[in-house]
Amino acid sequence: MEDDLQQRMVKAILEIDEEETIRLTGKALKEKIPLEKIIDGLSEGLKQMGNLFEKGEKFIPELVIAAEFVDKAFKILEPHLSPEEEKARGWRSVKVVIATVEGDIHDLGKNLVVTMLSAAGFRVIDLGKDVDAKTIVSKVKETNAQVVGLSALLTTTMSHQEEVIKLLIEEGIREKVKVMIGGAPATQSWAERIGADAYAENAMEAVRKLKEILGEG
Amino acid sequence: MNVKRPTLSLLEEDTIKDIYDAALRILESTGVEIDNGKVLELLHQNGVIIDFDKKRAKFPQDLVKKCVKSTPSEVKLYSRDGKHDLLLKDNNVYFDPGSTAINILEEGIIRKPLSEDLVKFVRVADYLNYIHVQSTALVITDVPARFVDRYRLYIVLKNSTKPVITGAFTKDGVHEMKKLLEILLDKGDVTKKHMAVFDCCPTPPLEWSEITSQNLIDCARYGIPVELVSMPLAGATGPVTLAGSIVQHTAETLSGIVIAQLANRGTPCIYGGSPAIFDMHQGTTPMGAIETMMIGCAHAQVGKFLGLPTHAYLGLSDSKTIDSQSGFESALGIVLGALTGINVISGPGMLGFESCQSMEKLVIDNELCGMALRMIRGIQVSEELLAEKLIRDLGPGGHFLNSRHTLKWFREEQFLPSIIIDRLTTSLWQEKGSKNSYQRAKDEVKRILFEHKPEDLPPDMERELDSMAEKWKKD
Repeated sequence: MEDDLQQRMVKAILEIDEEETIRLTGKALKEKIPLEKIIDGLSEGLKQMGNLFEKGEKFIPELVIAAEFVDKAFKILEPHLSPEEEKARGWRSVKVVIATVEGDIHDLGKNLVVTMLSAAGFRVIDLGKDVDAKTIVSKVKETNAQVVGLSALLTTTMSHQEEVIKLLIEEGIREKVKVMIGGAPATQSWAERIGADAYAENAMEAVRKLKEILGEG
Repeated sequence: MNVKRPTLSLLEEDTIKDIYDAALRILESTGVEIDNGKVLELLHQNGVIIDFDKKRAKFPQDLVKKCVKSTPSEVKLYSRDGKHDLLLKDNNVYFDPGSTAINILEEGIIRKPLSEDLVKFVRVADYLNYIHVQSTALVITDVPARFVDRYRLYIVLKNSTKPVITGAFTKDGVHEMKKLLEILLDKGDVTKKHMAVFDCCPTPPLEWSEITSQNLIDCARYGIPVELVSMPLAGATGPVTLAGSIVQHTAETLSGIVIAQLANRGTPCIYGGSPAIFDMHQGTTPMGAIETMMIGCAHAQVGKFLGLPTHAYLGLSDSKTIDSQSGFESALGIVLGALTGINVISGPGMLGFESCQSMEKLVIDNELCGMALRMIRGIQVSEELLAEKLIRDLGPGGHFLNSRHTLKWFREEQFLPSIIIDRLTTSLWQEKGSKNSYQRAKDEVKRILFEHKPEDLPPDMERELDSMAEKWKKD
C-alpha cells in the first residue's frame, strides 16, 4: 500500500493533477501511513519533475504549478510533523528573505525569482519592492533566514545592495547568511566587489546558484 | 477558434493562367525531345504528334488538360509503423532531406559518402520530429554504380519507418526497387499503398533522357507515385527572367504529367521542381539565392492552381560549411516554402548547392522546420486565448507563470526548441563550454546515433531484403 501510494503521488505530480495529489495526501494521513513515507512520495514527485525539467521534457509553468500544489499538500501534513521531520524536507527548511532594494520599484525579475525559488522548495519571505536596508536586515534576524536575495534594476539603486551587506556585518550576522544578488546592472564582478556570495542572471539561475552555495542536497 | 493562416503568394491568378497558356502553346507547337523509342511509341498511340526522326513529341492542348484532370489531387504516403503517414494535399507542409548528395561534410572535411554514412544519416532523419519523409540522401561510392540506386533504397527501408522519396539511376532500377517495396508491404500491392515516391527529372530545356523517361513510365505502370523535378537554370538552360523560367518549368512538368498519365491514367504525380538561377559570375547554381526561392515558391503556386500536390527544393545553402550563410539561406527557404503551403519541401541538411549533405546541418534545419511549421499555424484567437479575463483578474504587477492558463497553452502556443537553439543565460552558456550551434549540433548527432534505435523490421522481411542485396552483389 505504501509503495503504491508513493507511486501514485509521483504520477499525480508529474501529470500536474492537483486534486489527486491533495486527495492522496489526505487519504494517507487518515490511513495512518507513516509521515516520512508521505513526505517521500511528495518529494520524489518534485524531484522527478526537476529531473525531467533538466532533460528539457518539463517546463517552468509545470515546475511552478506542481511545486505550488505540493506545498499545499505539505501544509496538510505540517500540524502533524515533528521538528526532525520538518528538517527532512530538504530545501523547505531553508528560509530566504528577498527584496528589491530601496529606491527601486521594479519587481518583475524579483517576482520570478520568488516563484522559482518557491517552486524549488525554498521557503521564501518576499518583502516586496523599495525596501530599505534596515527593514531587510531586521527581517533576517526575526526569521533566522539563511539566505538574503537582493534585486536592483537601476545602476542608481544597486549601491543599496552593498549597503545591506555592510549592515549585516555591523549587526554581526554576515556569517550566518548567504547573500545573492541579481538585476540587470549586476554582474559577477559586482557581486565579488561588494562581498556577495553569489550572482544570478535570471530566475532559473538563481535556483541553481543558491543550491550550489548551500551545498547540493 | 479563429485563425488566419499566413500565406505567401508571388503570382496573381491571372498571371498563373498566362504562364499555363504559354506552356500549353510551347508543348503544342515546339514540344519536347524524348530519347526513348518506347516512350515515343506509347505517346504516339495516345494522340501525341510524334516526329520519330527528331524524337520530338508535340502535345495537343486538350490532351494535356485531360491528363492534368486525371492526375489525383492528393497522395497519401504510408509509413512502415503507421505513425508517420502523410497526406500530400492542400497546404499541408512536410520536410525531407535534400537528396542524392555526392558529398558528405563530416568533421570539417568534404568527402565521398559510403554506405555506413547513409545508414547513420537515415537514422538521424528517422529521429527528427520535423523531418517527415526520408530521402535517399547520399550517392554512396562503395557499391558499384549498376545497383547503387536500389542499394540506397534498401538502406533507407532497413533503417527508418518513415516514407521515402527516392529515384532510379538505371534503366531497370524501378523494377528492382518495386520488389523491395513489395517485400515491405508483405507482398501487398504497391499501387494501393504508397511508401515511396520516385523523382523523375526532365533535362532542361525541354528534353527527357532515355533513362528518366523510362523510369517515369515504369513507375506509372506500377502505379507508384512520381515527383516531377524540372530544373531550368535561369539564364543558362532557361530564360533569365524569373517568369520565363517558370513558363519553361511548367511546360517540362506538364510533359512529364502527360507521359505518366498516358502510361497509366490516375498515376499520382507530385508537381515538383528544382529550378535555380545561374550565377553570372561563378557560373554556379545557387540554391540559396532569393530568386531561386522565388521561382520555387512560384512554380508550386502553378501546381496548386492545377490542383496537384506540390514539391520544391528549398532550405538548402550554397555555403560549403556550417556557418551563418548556411543558417540564413536555409531558414529563408524553409519559411518561404512553408508560407507557400508546399506539400513536400526537400532541402534540409544540404550544402554546396545540391552537392553535399551534413547530419549536423540536418539537425539544425530540423529546428528551422519546427519554427516554420509553428509560423503557419498562425495566431489562434478565441475568448480564452485573448485572455482578457486573465489579465483583468491578475491586474498590475505579478506574473502569469503559475496560472493554469499558462500551463494549458504554453506547449501549443510556443515552439519548444532543442538544445540546438541557444537560449541559455550567458553564464550557463560559458559553463557549458561556450559552444556555437555547429558544436552543439555535433553533440546532438552523437547523442541521436547513440540513443535512437529505429524500429526493427520483422526478421523475415529483413532476411528477404538482405537476400535481394546479396543477389545484386553476385549479378
